[in-house]
Amino acid sequence: MSNVQNAVIGTVRTVLGWVPSQWLPGGTPDPLIERRAAIGQQASRLDGPAKVSGQARFAADVAMAGLSYATLVHSPITRGRITKLESGAAEAAPGVILVMTYHNMPRLGIVPMIGGTNLSAAGNSALPTMQGPDIWYNGQVVAMVLAETQEQADYAASLIEIDYREDSAKTSFENAKPDSRAPASVLFEKNHVSIGNAEQELNRAAFKVDNIYRTPGHNHNAIELHAVTVAWDGDTVLLHDATQAISATASAIAKLFNLKNEQVRVLSPLVGGGFGGKAFWDHQIIAVAAAKLAARPVRLILSRDSVYRMIGGRSPSEQRVAVGADAEGKFTSIIHTGYSIMPPYAACPEPYTLGTRAIYKSKSFEIIQRYLDLDIVPNTFMRAPGEAIGTFALENAVDELAHEMGLDPIELRLRNEPEKHPISGATFSQHATRQAYLDGAERFGWEQREARPGARRDGEWRIGMGCASGGFPYVRMPGVNIRIELRRDGSAKISCSAQEMGMGTATVQTQHAADRLGLPVEAISFELGDSALPVAPMAGGSSQTASLSGAVIAGAERLTIELLRLAGNDSPIAGLRAGEVQLAKEGIASLDDPSRYESFRSIMARASRDEVTVTASGSPPLEMFKFAMHSSSAIFCQLRVSDVTGEIRVDRMLGSFDCGTILNPKTAASQFKGGMIMGLGLALTEETLFDERSGRIMNASLADYHVPSHLDVPEIDVIWTGIPDPRSPLGARGIGEIGITGVAAAVANAVFNATGTRVRDLPITLDKVLSEIP
Amino acid sequence: MIPFTYTRASSADEAASMAIRTGHKLLGGGTNLVDLMRKNVELPSCLVDVTALSDSIKETQEGGVMIGAAARNSAVAAHPLVRTRYPMLSRAILAGASAQIRNMATVAGNLMQRTRCIYFNDVAGSRCNKRSPGSGCDAVGGFNRYHAIIGAAPACIATHPSDMCVALAALDARIHVYNKNATRIIPIVDFHGFPADRPDLETVLEAGDVITSIEIPVSPFAARSAYRKVRDRASYAFALVSVAAGVTMRERTIDDIRVAFGGIAPKPWRAFRVEMALRGGPATQEAFDDAVEAELARAVPLAGNAFKIGLTKRTLSAVLTELTGDAR
Ligand SMILES: Cc1cc2nc3c(=O)[nH]c(=O)nc-3n(C[C@H](O)[C@H](O)[C@H](O)COP(=O)(O)OP(=O)(O)OC[C@H]3O[C@@H](n4cnc5c(N)ncnc54)[C@H](O)[C@@H]3O)c2cc1C
Repeated sequence: MSNVQNAVIGTVRTVLGWVPSQWLPGGTPDPLIERRAAIGQQASRLDGPAKVSGQARFAADVAMAGLSYATLVHSPITRGRITKLESGAAEAAPGVILVMTYHNMPRLGIVPMIGGTNLSAAGNSALPTMQGPDIWYNGQVVAMVLAETQEQADYAASLIEIDYREDSAKTSFENAKPDSRAPASVLFEKNHVSIGNAEQELNRAAFKVDNIYRTPGHNHNAIELHAVTVAWDGDTVLLHDATQAISATASAIAKLFNLKNEQVRVLSPLVGGGFGGKAFWDHQIIAVAAAKLAARPVRLILSRDSVYRMIGGRSPSEQRVAVGADAEGKFTSIIHTGYSIMPPYAACPEPYTLGTRAIYKSKSFEIIQRYLDLDIVPNTFMRAPGEAIGTFALENAVDELAHEMGLDPIELRLRNEPEKHPISGATFSQHATRQAYLDGAERFGWEQREARPGARRDGEWRIGMGCASGGFPYVRMPGVNIRIELRRDGSAKISCSAQEMGMGTATVQTQHAADRLGLPVEAISFELGDSALPVAPMAGGSSQTASLSGAVIAGAERLTIELLRLAGNDSPIAGLRAGEVQLAKEGIASLDDPSRYESFRSIMARASRDEVTVTASGSPPLEMFKFAMHSSSAIFCQLRVSDVTGEIRVDRMLGSFDCGTILNPKTAASQFKGGMIMGLGLALTEETLFDERSGRIMNASLADYHVPSHLDVPEIDVIWTGIPDPRSPLGARGIGEIGITGVAAAVANAVFNATGTRVRDLPITLDKVLSEIP
Repeated sequence: MIPFTYTRASSADEAASMAIRTGHKLLGGGTNLVDLMRKNVELPSCLVDVTALSDSIKETQEGGVMIGAAARNSAVAAHPLVRTRYPMLSRAILAGASAQIRNMATVAGNLMQRTRCIYFNDVAGSRCNKRSPGSGCDAVGGFNRYHAIIGAAPACIATHPSDMCVALAALDARIHVYNKNATRIIPIVDFHGFPADRPDLETVLEAGDVITSIEIPVSPFAARSAYRKVRDRASYAFALVSVAAGVTMRERTIDDIRVAFGGIAPKPWRAFRVEMALRGGPATQEAFDDAVEAELARAVPLAGNAFKIGLTKRTLSAVLTELTGDAR
């Protein structure tokens, strides 16, 4: 984002500061925070039975007559040019329908990129897709083969002969540092924050730590591979896609292929995991182009290898974190700087310093991120971009400082709890990190921890306990549109092109709509996953639930107005205005005098209507600018480290979360636990082996890229404060990403507590621990 | 994957007559071979399914155990004869792969499985002398945390990844191989080779050879034996280092001992020098340390795997301390 945008956001913030808070949406807390029936109830996911009985249809499962199958060929070189491309043998191979390369790929432009300015965009790469012979990164798609069967396509792909001229490539993290650039902003925040003189404060601090922390690249490994099934019908095209950006995918395809939005439909009712990796990439473009050229429906399922090669992951980082404290343990200096990779053609920065701006107060701050330009597949967002690895560095450093001071690390953190946002000075809408820590510490049995490293043993195993803070900002996206159809039989259908990646979106919004409309849960159906439904932004930034909730609120307001109009003058509620009534008990009732009531059925019967349909769009998320809105967590971990081998085995973990209202304990617990398990991978095993000599990812498979196995995952306990946020719909903030934050630091701190070894370089493998054990 | 044909062999003789033809490759559970075909590392034109060969697990006349080549890994690990007489073999098998893979994998396939070197597996982007002799090795200067510290050659530093074979090496197993009306018996320590100049030749098997069974002789080590595997994940990860060991004690002295290492060499590494150093001597920490020093004196660590030297020492020492514990 540009300086101009920074200035605009700054101005909006200043102006909002002058506006009385009642003005804002959420200024008067959402009444459903107090009055809820279905919300907050344990409820199983509505899609559960279909999934466990094999009925659920994912993008790669859709049957179609005349389907053809695609395989991709990737460049094995990093920079250069195709000098020879021989596809005759492939074209002549059995079953082959089409070989597509830059020679015959339709000429297409560049898709709009994901970003703060264009919420209808989901592009991850500003590089052209098979438009010419140039190679920009190792793994770039150079050819596609379409055949009658997947096996025929795979085989024919191996027959394509390509020669390359290799140019020198930028592949070394270290060597790229001198040419790093510091952008003006990182996502919505100004990049460089300098308050006081942090270096000077650090120098004269009574206690200080100052270290470099490293995190490796990570690849996306959703169980469901990226897949798209495409069919053209005349000049309209239908995509069954595995995407977390339905509307944006439809509009990207429309733009690229010169179609009107109505000519493109994207269906994605179920997605087998997204985590940031399933926005818009080359494969959708290639499949649509191939289906057009071949005049056949096309299925393109990426192999696991292809996912590694053409879908970006989390950038590696090198972070400096320094924290200085006075004799009482009050922070006087926080420095967080560093490097991550972000080629100019990528859209998604790795914002690892953003969390640091909101978590502790300090007399001085110095924060700035630098981007390195390497020739890699464009990096993208991955669960809790920024905070996942930023908290590893910061929360390791805080633990080091506590040890240095001989202070309990929780105590040190609580002494530096901010009363308001440490940088902007904005009021927190709700903030109970302290309670999350105290509740968590009690339930976990933190008092059993021995402060002295290596003090607890069980045979050859040294036992350690650690904790760390996590956090994630609240985001509500503008531009969520919704349709509500209330029927005379007492049922209602809510429609929105939102996405269901298995989180329980439809389930929770069904619960919400029931309470919001005053209907029983069984009366609600929630329709999503289709670009033909009212437009919604992509699911990302843990924002979908709040964003959809805001839209449902807006829809209910519209519906109320419409029903009051229909009720007319012969109704017990005649003369009441929208602000004076609520939807309850399958009808409308006066807030002041609940006996003034008329049922939906009666209103609609009198008006001779079978249904009332309204559309609405969520209000602009002004609350985000007026208040500091952040979720926080306290993560606890107990583990064992073998004295003999350095092997680390985690015995138990607890996450204590402060995320506002928990809308459904079951789906929420799954999100938290899933995030924490991913955090374990981040801490202990996950690492993209990027060979800097070649620019190639070497462990592009689940056998070689280690995500946690069942036996690596211990018992995980999750609790929450459940304190509603008075400034958000339903009092809820997002919960999808926060689970992963803080986990790597809690593990690293527990390893230190067990062994006295401080590992500042992820993943914490046994060799790193072993080197320090005598 | 390239197109191939598939056929089943109903006897060792039939299998041998087909195996000798060019492009023909024997198929066990397929858990390794089919993966490698998908990656275009292996390019057979015909798969000869040999799962119909014997899968029986029987006591031999000498009191050992004979395991048919087609016996599934999980069946071997669970068999009472194996569990009581060779507990380290059961443990080694169960430490490998996943339950699903063990259910498919045959013991012959396990013996013959190929290295997990990530450069070996990368046909499109990496050089590998094992895949194409003389082309070079990208592992030497690359990611070699999982690679060999002993017995390797400049041309190839890949390890043999099997857990089962490490226990078999410690147990002096004998591999029965059939070819042209004749069966020969190959001691496991001679079965796998050193890479030297031809890392593509991994075993002593020749064209047309079919493994028919694995024989494990009587072993006095059941009571005091162990298999310990050190790995990055708690399960479903290959060994960084593994140790198979068995001892018999005479009071406080080690009467006899068998030790083999996994994860550190191009073949299951029988530690003869360790055995020689400890046989007839005291079971002390110093003795263990000296013994392993002698074994690893020739180790050649690389940038990514130097830690394995210390790790091997520590792991062996811990295993032997435990095995000789109550006798000390
Ligand atoms: C993800 C993953 C993780 C794994 N983890 C481990 C682990 O931790 N530890 C471990 O030890 N192993 C591990 N394995 C490897 C596994 O043990 C082997 O894949 C398996 O043992 C091979 O047996 P198979 O019957 O499937 O062999 P196949 O794949 O069928 O064949 C392998 C080779 O054996 C040859 N062959 C088969 N039968 C005969 C015969 N009768 N005579 C001569 N040659 C024959 C084949 O021609 C082929 O070359 C893992 C595998 C995978 C895929």
